[in-house]
Amino acid sequence: MSKCLVEFDKIGISFDGRALLDSINMTINEGEIVTLIGPNGSGKSTLIRTLLGLQTATTGSVIRHESLRIGYMPQKLHVDPTLPLTVKHFLALVRGVNKKAIEPTLDKLGIAHLLNSQVHVLSGGETQRVLLARALLNRPNLLVLDEPVQGVDVNGQVELYNLIEGIRDELGCGVLMVSHDLHLVMAKTDTVVCINQHVCCSGTPQHVTGHPAYQALFGVPGADESIAIYAHQHDHVHDEHGDILEQDDHTHCHH
Amino acid sequence: MLDLLFRALIGGLGVASVAGPLGAFVVWRRMAYFGDTLAHSALLGVALGLLFEINLNLAIIVLCVGLAAVLVTLQKKHIIATDTLLGILAHSSLSLGLVAVSFLDDVRIDLMAYLFGDLLAISQLDVYWIYAGGLAVIALLVIFWKPLLAVTVNEELAKVEGYPVESIRLLLMLLVALVIAVAMKIVGVLLITSLMIIPAATARKLSKTPVQMAFIASVIGCLAVCGGLWSSYRWDTPTGPSVVVCAALLFLIAYTLPFKRLGER
Repeated sequence: MSKCLVEFDKIGISFDGRALLDSINMTINEGEIVTLIGPNGSGKSTLIRTLLGLQTATTGSVIRHESLRIGYMPQKLHVDPTLPLTVKHFLALVRGVNKKAIEPTLDKLGIAHLLNSQVHVLSGGETQRVLLARALLNRPNLLVLDEPVQGVDVNGQVELYNLIEGIRDELGCGVLMVSHDLHLVMAKTDTVVCINQHVCCSGTPQHVTGHPAYQALFGVPGADESIAIYAHQHDHVHDEHGDILEQDDHTHCHH
Repeated sequence: MLDLLFRALIGGLGVASVAGPLGAFVVWRRMAYFGDTLAHSALLGVALGLLFEINLNLAIIVLCVGLAAVLVTLQKKHIIATDTLLGILAHSSLSLGLVAVSFLDDVRIDLMAYLFGDLLAISQLDVYWIYAGGLAVIALLVIFWKPLLAVTVNEELAKVEGYPVESIRLLLMLLVALVIAVAMKIVGVLLITSLMIIPAATARKLSKTPVQMAFIASVIGCLAVCGGLWSSYRWDTPTGPSVVVCAALLFLIAYTLPFKRLGER
């Protein structure tokens, strides 16, 4: 049994009497990838900020394992244009960083060539990788990623998710990420928690996408243009009445 | 006369050397108006210092830090926009200072010198103050360089990584207050921020890293002091404003001529 890194115990947050989060319970274990999903304004970022200590909970508490060390990757990086800053200098700002680790980390993320680039001229995907590098340099056992693929095209998103999964496999760390849709992140996730002020449903991606609460928020998977991405999930065939036919293996996919 | 000029030069160079690096932080954090507000309130510090017969430098520092604390508290309450708040505090504290000074019947003070600076009037003791304060500022900047920069680049990342963000922010305000106290003799309360901002903004054009920018800002500030003093000696212009004009000229030159950044081919 891997150890539980973080437990949210009935977290509630309200501003001026308006509840943003209501009695959220969830846990993140070592080696587990948890995806937090919910519509805009559902309180995903607020919940993450509570974990990071950037926001105090009105009620409830966050129980952190004593070994917890967070590597945080914010949604975006804004550095004032008047501040000249190379990637190397940006990464050297990590508290207590081992400067020898900077280049190998960039290498691992495939951005070694950016070492001396100014942070202002990076593309969306490059910025995300630099932010990921900074999170990793903090030697975390929990990675917290706030919309890690924002501003990245679909191919880049798949690559980033592969990278994140690879890091989890290598470091054995827990991963908590925020996403506002599940399409691409599905295959890389162990647990999905769908929130909209409260926890709507949680469990494996398959379980959550089949849950009525999820479908009420995001629609039925495969019912929209993203059907192509989902094709691999259809490892069964239907008869004329829509019933699933028994199959001996998963290779025959007749549509 | 030469003795006087020499002392003025030494004092001015001391101030410019510390105003540069700190000015870089003021520019990066967009604290220009904040610096202005603290500087304006320094006159009130002078008046109170004279009234209670305490050291003027000390009075200015205490008042600036106090004002910074008030500012941060009011900012957190979100009653009015920060720029409005700064405007209110800047001008009411300046006016309060002017009113307070007018009550000091038995003390004759040269108001113009406090408002616009009078580099040629600095005493040996002033020079000691400038170097003591300046060295303290430089030492603190060097020791806390990394946390100061980390908090400036991204406060949230810094906080998650365990930097004491609130204390660092307070330290920066204290440093700004210190620089204002020592620079007031040179350029006066109305022009202090320019000695921080203009060299730093000029240095931005020429630098690729934060350290470079801080260092170049110092050098440019020193050049401005030399130029200002020289024109003051040559044409009998007011020293404080001459230094600022000189800095502004250097800024114009840096941004109109096709300079390359250090280390760029």
